[in-house]
Amino acid sequence: MSQWKNFSKGFIKENPVLILLLGLCPTLGVTTSAENGLGMGLATTFVLVMSNLVISLVKNLIPDKVRIPSFIVIIASFVTIVQLVMEGYFSALYESLGLFIPLIVVNCIVLGRAEAFASKNSVFSSLIDGLGMGLGFAFALTVLGGIREILGSGAIFGFNLGFYPLDKDGNPITILVFVLAPGAFIVLGYLIAITKKINKS
Amino acid sequence: MAKKESSFLNMVLTLFLVTGIAGLALGYVYNITKKPIALSKKVKLEKAIKAVVPEFNNEISKDKQTININDKDSVVLYFAKKDDEIVGTAVETYTNKGFSGKFRIMVGFLPDESIYNTSVLEHKETPGLGDKMDAKKSDFSKQFINKNPQNFKLLVKKDKGDVDAITAATISSRAFCDAVQRAYDNYKNNNGGNKK
Repeated sequence: MSQWKNFSKGFIKENPVLILLLGLCPTLGVTTSAENGLGMGLATTFVLVMSNLVISLVKNLIPDKVRIPSFIVIIASFVTIVQLVMEGYFSALYESLGLFIPLIVVNCIVLGRAEAFASKNSVFSSLIDGLGMGLGFAFALTVLGGIREILGSGAIFGFNLGFYPLDKDGNPITILVFVLAPGAFIVLGYLIAITKKINKS
Repeated sequence: MAKKESSFLNMVLTLFLVTGIAGLALGYVYNITKKPIALSKKVKLEKAIKAVVPEFNNEISKDKQTININDKDSVVLYFAKKDDEIVGTAVETYTNKGFSGKFRIMVGFLPDESIYNTSVLEHKETPGLGDKMDAKKSDFSKQFINKNPQNFKLLVKKDKGDVDAITAATISSRAFCDAVQRAYDNYKNNNGGNKK
């Protein structure tokens, strides 16, 4: 498999959210806006790349029977590093995502890629795989968050598009359900259907 | 390189090493980020206080008094002083009556016990309904400005008070009033305005 194929499979062909259906907990939870989706996606990408890198480096040093606990410790360390750095230097982003950052530890994508790919392939392939999968995840979350933000708040990346009518206080009247949890499921369902169609043709 | 065998010694050693290295790395990062985190927390707090009291020039994060309500909850009074003269008191308060549980707000009082301003610190109210208590989203919280709780009943009109509730978010409005009332009570009990 060429490295380009290895990288690009994360976007449509094996997109972690839309095809593999992994890591749906943060997906549904944080995507109330495009910005949150992108932030979560990039944080996960970082963890995924770093854990794939380290795990493929040490894969031969770790006995099979204790590989899962070792992988989890490595992943959890990177997540904690992301959390500390984000809290210290990007406090605005931390405010909206802080609650969900620890959830990256239990995000099945990270452990899934460690187990299915990084522990069997070379360091460079694992790095590319982590980057592709992570960016595919970020892409799916941003699209999902963008659609929910446009329909639910009439804005994109916090920028008001102003196509909804205003009520007497000057607030736009929007389709509120898309910002709430059910909206996440509705939009995700449509996105999965569209990806399936693209993959078939 | 061949894969390591899963012998007892190998497993113990591997886990010991992995956790040891992870612990060291985390300690190192924690030390680096300790200062920026403390700083950003302080900036956030000062920003919240600045929004609810008139201009001050003391180091407000040290000039405070914490009142424990019960094991878990507390109300914090921050005394804003300009040239050692009290110009206002910011009260960090909370309510458990929110639509999605607890939320915290900051209420600022002038020395004459009237409300100077309020701001929401953190909440989980419904987006589009309850979150209108945030001053950025609607004018709901502005009706508290310059009101003295002594003659301004902190209850929504449905409960025979003086507060105009947010449409379709009476529970959030009631909770907001509850939090402001708690701030006022604690402020009065501790003689906040007259403390020197």
